[in-house]
Amino acid sequence: MPQPSFLVFSLPPTSRRDFLKNAGCLTIGFALLGLATEATGGPLADELPGSLQDNPRINAWLEVLSDGRVRVLTGKIELGQGIRTAVQQVAAEELDMSLNKVEVALAETDRTPDERYTAGSASIEQSAMSVRYAAAAARQKLLTLAAQKLGTKLTQLTLADGLIQTKDKKRQLTFAQVLNGAQLTDEVRLPIKLKPKNQYRYVGKAVHRQEIERMVRAEEWYVQDLRFPNMLHARVLRPANYESKLVKLDEAELKRLVPGLLKVHIDGSFVGLLAEQEYHAKLAQDYAKLHAQWTPGRTLPTGQPLPDYLRKLPNTPKPVANQGSFDTPPAAGATTLQASYFKPYLMHGSIGPSCAVALFDQGKLHVWTHSQGVYPLRESLADLLKLPMETIHVKGVPGSGCYGHNGADDAAADAALLAVATPGRHVRVQWAREDEHAWEPYGSAMVIDISARLDPSGRITHWQQQVWTDTHSSRPNGQADKLLPTQYLAQPRMPKNDGAADFSAGGYRNAEPLYVVPNLKVDAYFFEGPLRVSALRSLGAYANVFAIESFMDELAEKAKQDPWEFRLAHLQDERAKAVVRKAQEIASQQQLAEGEGLGGAFAQYKNKAAYVAVVAKVRIKEEGTVYRPQLWAVIDSGEVINLDGIKNQTEGGLIQAASWTTTEEVVFDAHGVRSRQWESYPIYRFDEVPYIMGVTVLDYPNKPPLGAGEAAQGPTAAALANAVYRATGKRVRELPLRPEKLVDEPERRQQPG
Amino acid sequence: MEADLTLHVNGQPHAVRVDPATPLLYVLRNQLALNGPKFGCGLQQCGACMVVLNGNLAWPSCQLPVSEVLHMTVTTLEGLTRPDGSLHPLQQAFIDEQVPQCGYCLNGMVMCGAALLAQDAKPNEEEIRNSLYRVLCRCSVHSRAIKAIKRASEV
Ligand code: FES
Ligand code: FES
Repeated sequence: MPQPSFLVFSLPPTSRRDFLKNAGCLTIGFALLGLATEATGGPLADELPGSLQDNPRINAWLEVLSDGRVRVLTGKIELGQGIRTAVQQVAAEELDMSLNKVEVALAETDRTPDERYTAGSASIEQSAMSVRYAAAAARQKLLTLAAQKLGTKLTQLTLADGLIQTKDKKRQLTFAQVLNGAQLTDEVRLPIKLKPKNQYRYVGKAVHRQEIERMVRAEEWYVQDLRFPNMLHARVLRPANYESKLVKLDEAELKRLVPGLLKVHIDGSFVGLLAEQEYHAKLAQDYAKLHAQWTPGRTLPTGQPLPDYLRKLPNTPKPVANQGSFDTPPAAGATTLQASYFKPYLMHGSIGPSCAVALFDQGKLHVWTHSQGVYPLRESLADLLKLPMETIHVKGVPGSGCYGHNGADDAAADAALLAVATPGRHVRVQWAREDEHAWEPYGSAMVIDISARLDPSGRITHWQQQVWTDTHSSRPNGQADKLLPTQYLAQPRMPKNDGAADFSAGGYRNAEPLYVVPNLKVDAYFFEGPLRVSALRSLGAYANVFAIESFMDELAEKAKQDPWEFRLAHLQDERAKAVVRKAQEIASQQQLAEGEGLGGAFAQYKNKAAYVAVVAKVRIKEEGTVYRPQLWAVIDSGEVINLDGIKNQTEGGLIQAASWTTTEEVVFDAHGVRSRQWESYPIYRFDEVPYIMGVTVLDYPNKPPLGAGEAAQGPTAAALANAVYRATGKRVRELPLRPEKLVDEPERRQQPG
Repeated sequence: MEADLTLHVNGQPHAVRVDPATPLLYVLRNQLALNGPKFGCGLQQCGACMVVLNGNLAWPSCQLPVSEVLHMTVTTLEGLTRPDGSLHPLQQAFIDEQVPQCGYCLNGMVMCGAALLAQDAKPNEEEIRNSLYRVLCRCSVHSRAIKAIKRASEV
C-alpha cells in the first residue's frame, strides 16, 4: 500500500472556528490529538456541503439496487479529474462495501442532483463530501430499519458489503431487502456519525480508476463514441471571423460537389450541414468554407503591443483589497520596486474537438453532451429554443478533457438546433479542429502591475497591485446568448460582458498575495477584450500568481535575501510554511551545472484551496528554448481522497502550465484569429515535455479536502520564470518565455540551429 | 462513387461499402463501430486517430484514404486485446501506471508504443519520446505514458 510522503503533522494552530469545523467532520468522541474535550464540549459548528444543502435527501445521492449494489449519483461530470472514483471511494468507505459494488451515475437532468458546473476544483469539496454524508446517513437509516425488521437492537447488528447481519450471524438482510423496493428519502441532517478515519480502507489511498480499463480496451466511454441507429452526422460552418455575417452560400453547388450532403440548414449566419456519412458532412464543410462569402466581421486590434492596447480599453474598476495606508512617504532607507507582467490569451486546446448528439422526438429534446453543467445547459437550451424546461433532457457523457469552458456547450446548442430542425433522428455534431481552435472561449489576456515598498530590514510594508482583465466566466448559465450559435441566428442575441460582476471573481483570483503585508491595495479593471473568453483552468490565478511570485523573487533579490526565506518571513499560515519549507528542502538538494537555473514559487489556490509550491530547474538551449525543465511540486490539499488522483492532476498541471508558460499564445491579426490548428498554436510535444521529478503530497486526514486540480498552474509559471532568470539573467515579465526573450539577438544569429 | 471494399482489420476481413476516398478513420469508427481510433484534428497533427499498419508502422488514419490500405493489415487499439480478452502488456502497463486522465489521447500513445515495441523490444526514453512525437496530450500525462511504455518493455 503506497503511503503519502508526509503523514505525520501536528495540528497547526488555526482559528477555533476552523478547528471546530474540522472536528465536526469526525465521529463524535474520536480523540483528535488530545483536544477532544474542546471538540466535544462545544457545539459542532459544522456545515453540510452546499450541494447537499440544495439536494438534502439521501436518495438524491444514493440508491439501493436490487442486486445488492448501490448507485451513487453525482451532479458533476467526469473530465479525467477522477471524480467518479472519488465519490465511489467515499461511498464504499462509509457503507463498508467493496468498490465494485458501488456504481456511479454522472450528471444528468432529472436524475442526478443539480450541482451546476463541474468547475473551480470544487468536485471533491462539494460532490464527494455530499456523497460521504449521504452514505453515512444511509448507513444509519439502513441499520435502524433493519433493527426494526429483525426485531433486534441496533447494537446487535453489523453492516458490511451490502449485508446487515445480527452479530450471531443467524439472520441477515440485504440493503434491498431492508428497503423492499423503496429508497431512502430522509433528509441528511447534522450531526452525522462518520466512519473514523483511522479505519479507512479506500479513502486516502491510491485507488485505481476503473474507467482506465475501459479506455485501454477501447470500450464505449466518450460522447464521441455514441452511435444511434439512423444517426445523422453534422458539421457547422462557422463564420469567417467574429461577427461575420453570411453573404452567400450556393447550396445547389454545394450539393452538386458533395452528393452525399442530405440537408443544409441555414438560419441567418448559422449553417448546419447534415449527411448520412460523416465524411460527407466533413467534405461539405471543407467546400463550404472555400465558397461561402461573409462580411469581414469584427476588426481585431493590431499595430501596438497587446498589453498597451488592453490597458487603454475602457474598463469597469473593482476594488479587491484595501487595508492600511499609502499616504505616508517612504521612511529613510526604504526601497520601492515596481514591475508589469503580461499573460497572453491562452487556449483550452482539448484534444478531441467538441461533440454532441441530440434527438428531438415527439416534442421532447434529448441532448448528450460533455458540458460541465447539464442543468444550466438545459436552462440555456430552453431559452434558445423556447421549449419548456420539462421537455428537455440533458445527459452528461465524458468527452476529451476540457480544462474549463470550451466549445462543449456550443456544440450541444448546435446539435439541439439541428435536431429540432430534423425531428425523429439523432444528430451528431462534431466540431472540426479549426472550429475548436478559432471559436472556443479563450482564457483572457491579462496585464498586472505591482509596486511594493521594503523597509530597511527587508520586510514588505506596502503592496499595490492592479490587474487588467476580461471576464473569466462566460458560461451560458441559463441564458441562450452566451451559446455561440445564438449569436449568429437570423435573430441573433448578443451576450453582455459582465466581468466585473462575475461572482466567481475570476479575474482577481489570487490577486491578493497570501503574504502578510500591512498596507495592501488591490484593484481589478475589467475590460471587454477583442477575443471570445471564458473560464480556463485556474482563471486569473495563473497570471496573478505568475506576477506575484515573480515579483517576490525580484523583491528578495532587492532585499538581498534567499527567496524561500523571504517568502517564509512573510507567511503566517503554518500549512503554507510547511509547503514552502518542503520545496526549499527539495531545491537545496539540487546540484546545478553551468548554465542551469533553479527557481521556485508558491501559492494557495484561491487563497483557500490547495497549497502548492513548485521547484523548476531549467537549462536554456543555444537557440533560446527552455529545454525539458525538471519540475517538482509539493502539495497540501487537506484530506487526501485519492492519492494517485492528486498526483496525476498535479503532474498534468505542471506540464500543461509549463507548456502555457514557455510556448503558448493565441495569435490574431486584424481579420481574425490565426491560431487555427496545432501548427499555428503549438503545445508541448513528447520531445519537449518536462521531467516530472516528484510530487510530494502532504496529507492532513483530519482537515477538509481542498480543491487541487488547478493549484499548480500559477506556481509553475513563476517557478519557470524565476529559474530562467537564474540561468540567463533575463527577467521575463511577458509570457510566454519565448526564445527571443531569453537569448540576445546577435548570439542567436551566431548559433546555428 | 461508393464501392465494395475489403479491409483487414484486427485479424479479420471486413466488407464495407463506402466512397474509396473516405479516410480510414471514419470507416473504422462509423462502419466498423470501433472506438479506439479517435478524431482529434483530421490534419495528421495530433495522433488521436493512430492505427498500426502491417504490424509495425504507426500511422494516423484521419487523412489516409481507405482505398490505400486494402493490401495492408490494420490494427486498432481493440486489436491489441487478445482473443481470450487478456490485455497486451502495453494496455496493462497503462492501467498499472494509471496513465490517462481524460484518456482521449490514449489511443495514440498506446498504438505508437505498440509499433515501437514491435520494432525495438527495449527502447530507451529518447526512443519512446521520439516514437510518441506525433501524439498530443493536453491533460499532460506524458511522463506517465513514458513510464508505462518502459514498464511494458520490461515484461
Ligand atoms: S486526428 Fe489524425 S492526427 Fe489528429
Ligand atoms: S489524457 Fe486527456 S488528452 Fe491525454
